[in-house]
This record gives sequence, C-alpha cells and structure tokens, in this order.
Amino acid sequence: MFETAKDKEVTSSIWLTIWTSMVATSLFAVAAIPLAYLLARKKFPLKKLVTGIIDLPVVIPHSAAGIAILGFVSRDTVLGKMGSAIGLNFIGNPAGIAIAMAFVSIPYLINAARDGFAGVPVRTEKAALTLGATPARVFFTISLPLAWRNVVSGLILMFARGMSEFGAVLVVAYHPMITPVLIYERFGSFGLKYARPVSVLFILISLSLFIILRMLSIEKNNVPFPRKKKTGK
Amino acid sequence: MLEVKNITYNAGEFSLKSVSFTVYQGDYFILLGESGAGKSMLLETIAGLVHPESGSLIMEGINITHQKIQNRKIGLVFQDHAVFPHMTVYENIAYSLHGRKLSHKEKKERVSRVAEQLSISDLLDRWPSTLSGGELQRVALARTLIQQPRVLLLDEPLASLDSRIKSDLRSQLRKIHRQGQTILHVTHDYEEALSLGNRIAVIHKGSVIQEGTPEEVFRNPKSEFVAHFVGARNFFKARLTGENDNGMALVENTLPVRLITPTIGPNGYILIRGEDIILSNDPIDSSATNNFEGTINEIIPGIRGIDVVVDVGIILHALITAESLNRLELREGKQIWLHFKATAVKFIPS
Repeated sequence: MFETAKDKEVTSSIWLTIWTSMVATSLFAVAAIPLAYLLARKKFPLKKLVTGIIDLPVVIPHSAAGIAILGFVSRDTVLGKMGSAIGLNFIGNPAGIAIAMAFVSIPYLINAARDGFAGVPVRTEKAALTLGATPARVFFTISLPLAWRNVVSGLILMFARGMSEFGAVLVVAYHPMITPVLIYERFGSFGLKYARPVSVLFILISLSLFIILRMLSIEKNNVPFPRKKKTGK
Repeated sequence: MLEVKNITYNAGEFSLKSVSFTVYQGDYFILLGESGAGKSMLLETIAGLVHPESGSLIMEGINITHQKIQNRKIGLVFQDHAVFPHMTVYENIAYSLHGRKLSHKEKKERVSRVAEQLSISDLLDRWPSTLSGGELQRVALARTLIQQPRVLLLDEPLASLDSRIKSDLRSQLRKIHRQGQTILHVTHDYEEALSLGNRIAVIHKGSVIQEGTPEEVFRNPKSEFVAHFVGARNFFKARLTGENDNGMALVENTLPVRLITPTIGPNGYILIRGEDIILSNDPIDSSATNNFEGTINEIIPGIRGIDVVVDVGIILHALITAESLNRLELREGKQIWLHFKATAVKFIPS
C-alpha cells in the first residue's frame, strides 16, 4: 500500500480527481443555487418540464451522458469554438472532466438547495421586504442563511458524486486520468492485484474527506433554529 | 392620509371586493372581521407585497398602488411576528437601518431607543428561539417602528398570545399610538377593536359593510352580521365608580350598574347580551343585583327571538321568547321590571 501511496501517477490522479470536482462544484454552484431558489419560489409554465430535465443526469447511463456532453463541447460546436478562442480545449482536459462531473452531480445540489429554500417561511422573506431590503438582500441575508444546512449538504453530495464519476468522464476525457479511470485501466491491463491498492487508497481518502466535511458542517450550523416553544397558542 | 379605494383582489376564498375606507393621520383604525375574511390580504396589498387587480391606494395625496414595497414607508407586523431566527434581537431591530449612512454608534442609539420604548432593552443580545410569544411580538414591533413608518399595519398582533400577555401588549400599542403613530389594526376580536380603536370598519365576505366610531358600529349595527358578530345590542360608554369590591359603573352618566370589579379602568364600555336580561311584571328577589323599572318602547320580533326595547334611563334590549311575551302580556307602553346579574355585565376598558 505504501508503494502505491508513493507512486506519482496515483497521487497526481487522486489530487486531480479532488480538485476537478471541487472546481466543478464551486463553479456550477454559483448558477445552481439561485436556480434552486427560483424553483422553490416561483411558479412558471413548464416548471414540471424543467424539474424533469434537472433530474435527467441521474437517470441516464453515464456513458450516454458523456456522449451528450461531447455533443456540446467538442471542437466544432458553439461552446467548443468559444473555448478554443480562449485556448481552452474541453476534450481530454481537466475542463472537460469538470464539466462531466458537474453534469452528473448537479441534480443533487439543486434538489437539496431547493428543499432548503422551500423550508424557509415565505413570511420571513416578506417581513424582510417590508423592512426595506431589496430582493437580492433578502436572498443573501435571509433565504440563503436559513437554507444553509441543506445547501451545504447539497454541496457535499455534489462534490462526492463528482469525485466518484466514471462513465461520463471516461468518454469526455480519458486522459488526464482521474482515479476512477485509473483503477479501471490498471484492472484491465494488469489485473486485480495491481488495481486493488489504488482502490483501497482512494476509498480511504474519500471516506476521510467526507467525514471531515460532515463534521465541519454540523459545527458550523450551530445557529439556534426556531424550535417548538412551550408557550402554546 | 391613507385612502383605500375600491381595492379588488380575486383569490378564491380570500377575495376583496371593492374595499374602500380612509385612515386619517393619528387614527387607530380597526379592520374587524372574521378570520379569513381577506383582511390579511388587504394589509399585504397596502404594504405592497401583493398587487390588487383593481382599485388604488393614495397615501398623502400620492398614488402608491404600484409603488415598490421598499419606498412606501409602511410598516407591517404579522400575526406570527416572523422574527428572523438566525439573528439576535439587536440584529433584527437594526435590519432596516442597513444602507443608510449611519455610524455604528448612531445605529446603536436608535436601536436602544426603540428597544426602550417597547421595554425590551434587556433582550438585545438574546436569540429569538429563547423568547416568549409576547417578547417576540415586541421585537417585531421594534424592528418595524425603528423605520418610523407613516402607517403601522398590524395583522392580528394579539391572536397568538395568552390573555395576560395580551393586555400587556394592548397597553404597549396604546402607548405607541399616543406617541403619534397612525395604526391600521386587523382583528377578529371585537373586544380588542373596542379597547384600542377610535374608528372601526367591519369587513365581511371581502367587503366593508360598515364604518364609523365604535359607538356607531356597535350601537347601530347595519346588518345582522355585525349585530351577530358583536353579540350584544346593549353597548354603552361607562365609567367605573365603585370602590374595592363594590363593582359599580355609571353608564352614559345616567344609570348605575353593578358589575364584577374589573382590574383596569376607569373609562370604557359595557356590554350586556340581550339574552341575559330577564323581564318581569313585578319586582322579584333574586341573585340578580341589577333591577330597574322602565317602559317598553318597542317590541320587535326577529330570527333569534323577540327583541323587547325598554327605557330604564338608558335603552336596553332584552331578548325573550314569543311564549314569554304572551305569558307576561307584554305590550308597548307597559311598565315592567328588568333584571340582570352583575356577572352578565362585560366591561371593556378603553
């Protein structure tokens, strides 16, 4: 096991997996969280359709998801051309990895955040409006803080799901190899004995990472929440 | 000062149909109606949280019907106070001071002043989850009053409190009003209405069916609904005159009436339900301590019974059955005795 831990290919792969998922989560959270808020609050036509589309990545096979992404970011598409203009190629590149990870894991964040926002009493937001706050201020000072627990949970889930993605990333960016892909390659080329140490190491690291994150999120959210009071109505 | 003109809003059960009334500067205006009569909706419309389908709101001459909430300078306190649970009392109260160019010291002063006004100065560092209903309601009031709103809208502010705290908060509201705040207060409790308001509008099924001073509305209910809602046709101004346990009140400066000594006074209103008044041809000895002789002015049959109108110095309405009417051979002009117990007299301090 220790040799594996010292193997540069393995360590750089694990590091790549972690940071691409982190970037994917942080970047897409900026759009996903406000979207979750809109879904929780606004009624609009085709809302059910949008909700369905958001859940799509969870139900389609991962390799198919990868193909779908290729359709959007390969060099001869709009996004691909835009990317080339700034020197960014998505295929076989960490950028592609991040997109693939985000695609399959964003539903978890959106759904968790939406539930969080739905749990914030509308009246509390209305009260803030009557106290002179703009809708933006209400979002940042009232809605988001009160939904924070769910949002953090969603972020952790999205990060975890991104890190564990295999099929979609395989299609979009075989190289550089994230660890799920590395494990697969080693297994295919060299057999179980060679693949096992990497797997165990990766599992241990993932486990530790997420336990730490969960523990931090419980401590952070020590804000007294409204509990059922003893004085009845 | 605030004119509500023909506000209409269709939302199924909570519709408003062409609601109109005017609140003048310095008024304590009560909107009285059953729960769910669209009153909350009306307040939200005035505050700007909801837009009416038609009608207009004129504040000090300016049409504010579609003005942004933030610009209206109207304060709104909800029934369940909606205090921000993730901020301390201080932060809640200071919330509306954001953005104005106030120094930290100035903010602190303003918050302290308002907190003192509402007797919550010692709660500033507390978290809402540790406070009682009455304290929370005062925090909600404080954070709204600190903006110095032109009109303070109250949505059933006393509904979720127990009776001891209710009277505390009622005095608090009276105090705020006396200091010059114009208030529009929505409630389903007619005692609250009488106790606090100087003008009342009764709202039923989404429309205003009567408007006026408390005496006008309760003495001359314009509809069966209001009369029923109020539950008493005998409604008078009264002043407590008794000492110690001798509960006495002088009604309309004319009739001394015995009642159970109230704790707050001395001025207020008394209410006696028609069904609590007993009529007899001769004086009777009973546990009723109020016995008066008078003349029958009118006999009016109604759905709930026969309304016998008697002049005993003040005009009282007794509600009796047709059977009793016949048995006692009552007719207009006849002299009769009228009795009711001290416990049947309800006193509402004002």
